[in-house]
Amino acid sequence: MRVRVDADKCQGHNRCYALAPELFDVDDYGQAVVIGDGEVPPELEEKARLAVANCPEYAISLDETKD
Amino acid sequence: MTETIHDGYGTPTGIYGPVDDWATDLDHADPGYNPRAPEIWTELREAGCPIAHSDRYGGMWAPLTAELVREVAYDTERFTSHSVVVSTSRIETPRGIGGAPPITSDPPFHGLARRLLLPPFAPKQIEPWEPEVRKLCRQRLDDMGEIVPGETVVDAAEQYAQHIPVNVIARMLGLPVEDDDRFRGFVHDALEGVNRSPEERKQGFERMEQYLDEHIERHRVEPRDDLISYLLDVELDGQKLSHEHVRGSIVLLLIAGIDTTWSAIGSSIWHLATHADDRRRLAIEPELMPTAIEELLRAYAPVTMARMVAKDNDFHGCPMKEREWVLLPFPAANRDPELFEQADEVVLDRAENRHAAFGLGIHRCLGSNLARLEVRVAVEEFIGRFSDFELAGDVRWSVGQIRGPRELPVRIL
Repeated sequence: MRVRVDADKCQGHNRCYALAPELFDVDDYGQAVVIGDGEVPPELEEKARLAVANCPEYAISLDETKD
Repeated sequence: MTETIHDGYGTPTGIYGPVDDWATDLDHADPGYNPRAPEIWTELREAGCPIAHSDRYGGMWAPLTAELVREVAYDTERFTSHSVVVSTSRIETPRGIGGAPPITSDPPFHGLARRLLLPPFAPKQIEPWEPEVRKLCRQRLDDMGEIVPGETVVDAAEQYAQHIPVNVIARMLGLPVEDDDRFRGFVHDALEGVNRSPEERKQGFERMEQYLDEHIERHRVEPRDDLISYLLDVELDGQKLSHEHVRGSIVLLLIAGIDTTWSAIGSSIWHLATHADDRRRLAIEPELMPTAIEELLRAYAPVTMARMVAKDNDFHGCPMKEREWVLLPFPAANRDPELFEQADEVVLDRAENRHAAFGLGIHRCLGSNLARLEVRVAVEEFIGRFSDFELAGDVRWSVGQIRGPRELPVRIL
């Protein structure tokens, strides 16, 4: 599983960084960025789904296909 | 009624009479609106009226569903942010820029003006304020004096909630914290005095501008490490900001950050004072706090923004005319049953919560990180100090686009 942030949709609500700081960071402008390549370890899958479900701008998506 | 900033914050009597029908005569600044706004939204939606209208203020529309609110917020072509506070007067300020950039700006200028202000309000810049906010809350609680459980009644809005944001933003800007009464007066003039005569409104703004001009000048002579000096120093396209831009952004930060957060803190305490089960749950499950705060923000979102129709257009069958107002009731969107299960109930552990308390789209509240911090710490400190409390009398709600309790008598148990 991978998480992605759509930079055009992200408005810096900061929900993902608050809910899953292991997966998301914020830049100097408060915009969300994924950490590394966005790969989600199994123990963080629940947090990744929460981040998706709490983004007011629908800016976060999950890619669940196996590599 | 002529009010000055020293007259207190009584309910303003406007130029419009009582509302007959919320669907065709909606007035968000009618004193009867805020106390029962959630019921009004539900009644209208259930009656098949997703967009209310009013001839007041020169024409005003109010979409009430999450989807419609989102559509207006995202459409900066049809709806301009030139004026974001509905009032009887139309303010003449530069198009695309407005009087308080970036909240009153449209693309492309909006993006430039906003980018200047984003860094000081980014999460990592705001986090270090937590100990300061906590200290301030504790001081306010200490100032309540001796508390006799079962007897003492405090006003959680007036003695507590209202002091927290005003203090923090004054310090961040570099304005004297002891002028807090004056700041609340400015905010009151701007946000609650919306159906006063244009002349009275103009006088209110002039008072504020005069005060700020003086402080801007002091910062020019003697720069400091604060937001006013930052605005004086920063460049946009290689040029310093105009005086109007600097002052407009200060107006924005001062006005947008005070009543709003005060309201969110007050509404949260009001909810806890009237819901014993939630109050006890938070006391024994403190780790639930961040999720609970998001839910309280959803259910009691204080801020309704506004747009102005940029050009005549048909919006879902509504013939909108240029320069009419469009309310953006994010609080109504947050209680739309299409988007939220049990939308009218507070579910403290609601895990999926795409609420729009801080708006949607390019104008997302610049101070949202600070507001969240203030609300969470203020609620934590209040319930940390008082293990139990209950509502002890009538609540007086604000008037206008910012919804929250202005008098909130709470008995400490």
